Amino acid sequence: MDFREKACVMTAGDMNRVLARMASQIVENNPDLSNVLLVGIRRRGVPLAERIAAWIEDVDKVKVATGALDITLYRDDLSTVAEQPVINKTELPADITGRTIILVDDVLYTGRTIRAAMDELIDFGRPRRVQLAVLIDRGWRELPIQADYIGKMVTTTETEIIKVMLPEFDEEEKVLLVEPQ
Amino acid sequence: MPLQRKDLLGIADLTVEEINLILDTAETFRDINTRQIKKVPTLRGKTVINLFFEASTRTRTSFEIAGKRLSADTINISASTSSVVKGETLVDTARNLEAMLPDVIVIRHSSSGAPHQIARLIKPAVVNAGDGAHEHPTQALLDALTIRDHKGGFAGLKVAIIGDILHSRVARSNAHLLSKLGADVVLAGPRTLLPFGFEKQLAPAGGTVTFAQSVEEAITGADVVMMLRIQLERQSGGFFPSLGEYSIHYGLNRRRLELARKEVVVLHPGPVNRGVEIDSDVADSPFSLILDQVNNGVSVRMAVLYLLAGGVE
Repeated sequence: MDFREKACVMTAGDMNRVLARMASQIVENNPDLSNVLLVGIRRRGVPLAERIAAWIEDVDKVKVATGALDITLYRDDLSTVAEQPVINKTELPADITGRTIILVDDVLYTGRTIRAAMDELIDFGRPRRVQLAVLIDRGWRELPIQADYIGKMVTTTETEIIKVMLPEFDEEEKVLLVEPQ
Repeated sequence: MPLQRKDLLGIADLTVEEINLILDTAETFRDINTRQIKKVPTLRGKTVINLFFEASTRTRTSFEIAGKRLSADTINISASTSSVVKGETLVDTARNLEAMLPDVIVIRHSSSGAPHQIARLIKPAVVNAGDGAHEHPTQALLDALTIRDHKGGFAGLKVAIIGDILHSRVARSNAHLLSKLGADVVLAGPRTLLPFGFEKQLAPAGGTVTFAQSVEEAITGADVVMMLRIQLERQSGGFFPSLGEYSIHYGLNRRRLELARKEVVVLHPGPVNRGVEIDSDVADSPFSLILDQVNNGVSVRMAVLYLLAGGVE
């Protein structure tokens, strides 16, 4: 599929500032950082969670634990997708019961990924509370799910796509608003 | 790359990419089996029927647990309690089960090709859980996963498969799979139980399949030794004089195992006839991966069920 680039939503510099601000908000809201676990949703949520953790360590000298969640097995559309998606590993510390989990993802859209992520978390234990941090909130929710920390709100049409590019997976670092041609 | 096939009938027609996809998927499923809640909702609403016309503990239980851990409804049918005893044909049994709209039928049958015949006739995915002396693909896949766990890969590995090769679907599936992945497979056993010429049926592969003149020759320098069960139920007799004699000439004992490489691992598909094809002190030694194989069996079967039943047809 070819895409037409409509706008640059975030540059690498913007992304750095936004992640630093989200890290500060997380610290403000969670006085007991030792109990916090930043869990990135695969794929792009994982490096974002790690970068937020790095910012917190930089500013507050506290090392916040991180984890990774692959929600494939919990998707609600597995019986409607034509091809079975490749499954990656979920990596969580031994026990999440009683902890504050902050889910981190790149884009919040329908909310279905977050629903799946919460279902999966609960199979691993009973967290004290679960919060959500997203780099971009693009609207169009299909479930009653909202983020606690938002990098940037972007108004989109249903056919537009938010393309988050990170050095871990792409050649550059930026966020684009694109549309299929 | 997804698994683009309706059924899993054998290793012979799988590509190296498909084999690696199944093994990699199985590895990610392994984590689920060690969680506190050993269940994911992936195959919720799917039905898996285990149709076993031959005795089985490991394979049937393994498929049942695999289905249940993925939240599929699994039903077991064994021939002795089915309408087969009333004279129903295999095709009629399959068509009747199909009418109840299952998504996967796992079948074990004493006739080679039985799952293939059924797969052509019915819509659900068919998984071969062993057909006669032909193939047992999930066993070979779990053996490969176990070998990969301990050896890291397959290229250049010497794998000795020893025993009743003639009647062994495990040996056939493993010869296909391990040679495709680059291992050198050496087959050995009583000459009456060696299907000479079998290696010519194999597709060109990264590794080789050859016959050894003796068990000692096969084991010498081996990285993996796979022992097979003497399948008395498939033999009309006369292949070798007695079980005692078989054990003396072809069984795996400490002395023979010393011919292998120092880091050798020993596999056996089970059920083990202790003191016949393998001595207890080898079967229970640190070299033995027999229970790791069983453990990996659940993950491999979860991967197969997921890859065949996970999407829409």
